Amino acid sequence: MLTSKATSDPRLPSNIFLHSNFRENTERMAGDLELKLLGSWASPFAMRARIALNLKGVGYELLKEVSGTKSELLLKSNPVYKKIPVLIHHGKPICESMIIVQYIDEVWAAAGPSILPSDPYERAIARFWIVYIDDKWFPSSLRTLRGLNEEAKAEAEEQLANALPLLEDAFPKCSKGKDFFGGETIGYLDIALGCYLGWIKAIEKMTGIKALDEAKTPTLVGWAERFCSGDAVKEVMPEADELIEFTKLIQAIMNAAPGRQNMHVSKNDR
Amino acid sequence: MSKKDEVVMLDFWGSPFATRVKIALEEKGIEFEAREEKDLLRNKSELLLQCNPIYKKVPVLLHNGKPLCESLVILSYIDEMWPSPPLLPTSPYDRSVAKFWADFVDKKVFDGGKEIWTSKGDALDVAKKGFEESLRLLEGALGEREFFGGEKFGFVDIVLIPHTPWFHAYEQFGGFKVEDQCPKLSAWMKRCLGRESVAKVLPDPAKVHELICMFRKMNGIE
Repeated sequence: MLTSKATSDPRLPSNIFLHSNFRENTERMAGDLELKLLGSWASPFAMRARIALNLKGVGYELLKEVSGTKSELLLKSNPVYKKIPVLIHHGKPICESMIIVQYIDEVWAAAGPSILPSDPYERAIARFWIVYIDDKWFPSSLRTLRGLNEEAKAEAEEQLANALPLLEDAFPKCSKGKDFFGGETIGYLDIALGCYLGWIKAIEKMTGIKALDEAKTPTLVGWAERFCSGDAVKEVMPEADELIEFTKLIQAIMNAAPGRQNMHVSKNDR
Repeated sequence: MSKKDEVVMLDFWGSPFATRVKIALEEKGIEFEAREEKDLLRNKSELLLQCNPIYKKVPVLLHNGKPLCESLVILSYIDEMWPSPPLLPTSPYDRSVAKFWADFVDKKVFDGGKEIWTSKGDALDVAKKGFEESLRLLEGALGEREFFGGEKFGFVDIVLIPHTPWFHAYEQFGGFKVEDQCPKLSAWMKRCLGRESVAKVLPDPAKVHELICMFRKMNGIE
């Protein structure tokens, strides 16, 4: 159900994001208007920040960027990359999703369970896997698999197939028998990887590829279910069908207007 | 830590990423053994392949036998394990700014420089302009400060300074001068070179130039 804030937002074209299943979380706690997040519902990177804020029970104002455009505020707050997400706290911008998550963890340290591991070595392991996950190819594999280039798709599928078993293997070492990479509660690495699950499910539906497979990566399948059903996650994780519709819409726009080459789905992810 | 720590790093003199780790360890006054890879390009050591099977790259830090990979990850670890003197600022906001610029250096400087020494003609021009833009942004981040974090040498300085011996080669191939484009950054480079930790481990730009010429030959450039 869209809130009145979402439908009255002048930056939202009336036909693009209206979907009856889409749940929106705007201001929750009265008073904390000093915290804004520039993001979009489809962006896994913005989702990371939102999950972290939810874990800490912190209210914020979500300012949605529209695909293909960049608001004044975004250009001012992130002049270097001009990309979402950007967290703006007391007027000061913080950029780069995992830097934002760490910032949230530090500022609201007392407000909820720790997101980063407390042990320096475990932190280093989590950070290493995040470097791996965010390495050039992972997000771009997901973009390629959504696209129309069949040859590139085969390569992207292989890259994904190589990566996921490594993470499957890392899980018991990180989780130490608990539910998440972070242990008992969702942690830094869970957020970094879990944010892609909506898109992974969408791609599985669009292509018939089984990225998370009961047979090959059973542990990750179990983890994914637990992650997606977490309170901090479920209201911000887009549905696979919404993402598929979004992909089709963007592809239609790109096909219809060759001049608008820059209106790529990737504008929203990052 | 009750017993003596064993700190080993897998190293290559020409790697700016490995140099970052050495500077950090020197700044913290930590005793360590740097094991130089004898033939990084053609014959990586068993230990390297074992400790960093995914990327097979230096630096690797081994702390009491436990391996850590990726230079920025290692730097954060060093700062957390040995908190004094701190490399990162104390406030969460300032820390986020430091991490942002460290990440920017990581994304732009080495690969941006590589674009210069692997390109010719129009592509070289584009590469040069891109690199100059990156340096201007860094100079903007430095501002009037002595170091990126303020008065104290810290995280971003350690992440960026190891790339500077490569600038001489980029200038040669690209036909520009960092000092003309970014005088504040140039002054910052000189200040960093005045520090013992940096002067001790930073490679000679002439040697780096030779290394790049070797890479160019290997890749059939020029």
